[in-house]
Order: sequence, then structure tokens, then C-alpha cells
Amino acid sequence: MISRIVVGEADFDAGAELARLQGPGVGGIGTFIGLVRDDGGEIAALNLEHYPGMTERAVQKIIDQAVARWPLLACSVIHRVGRLLPGAQIVFVGAASAHREAALQASGFLIDWLKTSAPFWKREEFRAGGSAWVAAREGDDAAAAAWNE
Amino acid sequence: MKILYFAWLREKIGVAEEEVSPPEEVETVGALIDWLRARGPGYQAALCNPKLVRCAIDQEFADADAKIMGAAEIALFPPVTGG
Repeated sequence: MISRIVVGEADFDAGAELARLQGPGVGGIGTFIGLVRDDGGEIAALNLEHYPGMTERAVQKIIDQAVARWPLLACSVIHRVGRLLPGAQIVFVGAASAHREAALQASGFLIDWLKTSAPFWKREEFRAGGSAWVAAREGDDAAAAAWNE
Repeated sequence: MKILYFAWLREKIGVAEEEVSPPEEVETVGALIDWLRARGPGYQAALCNPKLVRCAIDQEFADADAKIMGAAEIALFPPVTGG
């Protein structure tokens, strides 16, 4: 199992990340890419903070759980931090397996758990001025918990 | 021990990290939060609602009843909002 974790300010090339997930035995790749929403033009930017040191460990644990559940051949999690403008890429998750079911389910699991179990925090800057920390959504907790039901 | 604060907890408390020496009877994360809250209005504002405070001990998520003895680094932060 090849796993790749990148946390940093740099943008990513989704095509290049997809290519990295290909390899012998891979029959399908499931991915999710998260972008900065503009919420009807209200958002000027999204600031992403994280806990350096812990972040990579927490992401590795999430990947370990996915690997324990599905027969994955490769797995990638790229998460950006810093100030991102509307439309910018925030996150890439990808899971490669022999068949589509494992690839699709594992990529869904990875993004659901990233949202609830990795130390990142978002602050929205508004076009009208000011900013606010994004509140955690109960729906995200429910989506992550549903994988254990 | 070193305490780290993130996101709006850091903003309300006014520092990103500090060294603290809680008394021996402060044994758990929950007790540490109560002890920190008495340090000033910024701490009170940041830590008044324990439901909105999450913790990691030495970079592993920990519950309010987790023991803090021997910890080198404790982080307090709001519920995470990445992804």
C-alpha cells in the first residue's frame, strides 16, 4: 500500500495526483476534491489553520483505518492551509483499488473522517469586511459516525 | 507542560502557547480546563463552554477525563472544521 500525505500552502495538480494513484493491479480510483465556495459572492477568502506535527499523524491514522477496511493499493490525502480564494482547491483525497466499490467507499470515508478527525480550522473572510471562524457541523459528525454503524 | 491553543481559543486567550505548572490535584483534561479558566477573562471567554473545547495530549486526541500526568504538550482547540 502506497500512501501519500501532503499538508501545506502549495496548490496541487489533480491530474498528477491521479497519475500517482495508478499502478499494477489498480482497477479503479475514487477521488474527492474540495474547493472554496464563494457563498453567493459573500466570501472573500478562506483561511485554513492546522496543528503542525499532529496533522500528519491524524491523517495517517485515518488512512490506516481505511486500509484496514478496504483492500487499497494506494491512497493520497493532500490538504492545503493558509489563505485561499474562492474557487481554490482545498483538499484532494484519492483511493485506488482493484475494484470500484473499495475505491469509492474509501475515498468517501477519507473525506468524511478528515472533516471530523484532523486538526484543521477554517476562518471565512467576508467581502463586506470582517471574518468568522466556521462552526463545526453536526451533519459532518453524523456522516463520519455512519461509517461505524 | 506546554499548552498550545488554536483557532478562536488562541484569539480569545491571546497567546498561541505557554508553559504552565498546574498543581498536582489537576489530574485530567477537564480539571486543567477549569484551572486555566481561572487565569483571566480571556481564558474564561475561551473555555466557558466545555462542549466547544477539544483536546490533544502529545498530539493524540484526548477526552475530558484523560489523565494529563506526564504529558509534554497539551493542545486545546475548537471542534475541527477541515476537509
